[in-house]
Amino acid sequence: MDLHTLSLSSLQARFRSGEASPSEALEALEARISSVDPKVGGYLSRNLNRAREEAAVADTSLPLGGVPIAIKDVINVKGDPCTAASKILQGYTASYDATVIRKLRAAGAIPFGRLNMDEFAMGSSTENSALQRTSNPWDLSRIPGGSSGGSAAVVAADEAFASLGSDTGGSIRQPAALCGCVGLKPTYGRVSRFGLMAFASSLDQIGPFTKTVEDSARLLNVLSGKDPLDSTSLETQAEDYTRLLGRDLKGVKLGMPKEYFIEGIDPQVDTAVRAAIRQYESLGAEIVEVSLPHTEYAVAVYYIIATAEASANLARYDGVRYGRRAEELRNLQDLYVRSRSEGFGEEVKRRIILGTYVLSSGYYDAYYLRAQKVRTLIRQDFENAFKKVDALICPTSPEAAFKIGERSGDPLKMYLADIFTIATNLAGNCGISLPCGFADLEGSRLPVGLQLLGNNLDEAKLLGIAHAYEQATPWHKQRPAL
Amino acid sequence: MSAEFNVRHTAHLARLELSESEARRFQSQLSQILGYVEKLKEVDVSGVEPTAHTADFMNVFRADEPRDWFTTEEALSNAPRQANHLIIVPKVIE
Repeated sequence: MDLHTLSLSSLQARFRSGEASPSEALEALEARISSVDPKVGGYLSRNLNRAREEAAVADTSLPLGGVPIAIKDVINVKGDPCTAASKILQGYTASYDATVIRKLRAAGAIPFGRLNMDEFAMGSSTENSALQRTSNPWDLSRIPGGSSGGSAAVVAADEAFASLGSDTGGSIRQPAALCGCVGLKPTYGRVSRFGLMAFASSLDQIGPFTKTVEDSARLLNVLSGKDPLDSTSLETQAEDYTRLLGRDLKGVKLGMPKEYFIEGIDPQVDTAVRAAIRQYESLGAEIVEVSLPHTEYAVAVYYIIATAEASANLARYDGVRYGRRAEELRNLQDLYVRSRSEGFGEEVKRRIILGTYVLSSGYYDAYYLRAQKVRTLIRQDFENAFKKVDALICPTSPEAAFKIGERSGDPLKMYLADIFTIATNLAGNCGISLPCGFADLEGSRLPVGLQLLGNNLDEAKLLGIAHAYEQATPWHKQRPAL
Repeated sequence: MSAEFNVRHTAHLARLELSESEARRFQSQLSQILGYVEKLKEVDVSGVEPTAHTADFMNVFRADEPRDWFTTEEALSNAPRQANHLIIVPKVIE
């Protein structure tokens, strides 16, 4: 019985029928990881002994009882390393649980394993990890996407039943698309950020990677909710995000943002997404064209706001209280400068410098303030669109996974890989990526992701719309040969 | 604006020191990125309020009450150098 191939919901069904135990599931998973992760490279570390102890006493009557969940290396799990894949935090051990971890534990889940990522979540390929390389399970010479590349790769490779990642500009949806799994970015404030190492505080949001849409809804049920420890988490009514799964699409209106169907999209991605749109029509949804007129400014706004916030957030890594400290120091200034310069990788330094510049005296109004104003216009674009439609439908990424090393010398080109995901973070609404086909590139079969964007706090509706397509198509059942 | 961008000066503000090759590379890459974001000048933002975050609230308060959290040992558990419940840093006053 290949337990590791099961979705989270199917695994729990086996627990409840007595066909499998959490300990058996954990051992099956560990065997799978031992066999394929030397190729994929998704995991940075695992605390197997602790997970075994927790599996032995797991209460399978709880909402996620006995299910191991793998965690991106930017979310604190007490006693585990937490390094954001950065040398500056090598050796750091988390001294508390993030709120999402506390919630997972209360639901009976077992946080198991630390997942590779771009350093401090800055990147779209996981190549910026200072610790190791992660490969796309569909073609090991290609990137898994990023920044949550490890979170996507291990779910796609059946090395995890589900995982957590974080999405600041597409870091959940883009790797989910490139690896062929389901990735959900909740509405800003839906999930507490307490215990998530901050990159850009007004954009960051934690969300799940899963094999199915149903699993995504079930995880959101556990993760969401107001948290007194995160003042930006939203006070909302408790709701069941699975409640609209299985509902038909009659009367549902989907908007195709015309700015998201542009030249430069890989033709095979375009074909797969347009086929998905026709499928939605045949399922009863009405498709209309909409416009998000400020889309072309989103990348520029994002790289000002995200780097500005990052330059402030990453000031805390100074070599004094935690993290790596440089040696043979002349004075305190030397401690700061050398600890930071030796500890941060190239992309992180580049973004700190950019963020420092756009906030610096004399440039603040021209860059940061102007970007914040254009951000308002981008938000209004979405508000206007959601007056007309239930959700937006578009590609997640303009292309399938590219080769490792292909973009590393050209940061601007790398940033443009995120054009379809980052506006959502600026506007704060929710989005999901799910598999919608494959692109054949140079002999490789690579997943293509369909992106659905929902209005603020409309996750239940979004998940229902995603589920209808998933159930009508075979894509989510496909697995890479490893 | 980007013509005035000086990578070494900005790096110093962020307490970063760059190697020769980093400085050259960053100067050119960041100038290119700053050139790209110039396109925001095309947008008419007159009368538009800035968005700092997307949640609709201003100030959030909680009661200022002591509660259990870290012990001193836990708080210092990741400090690179420490002694007697204190973090050791290079001498600040000459």
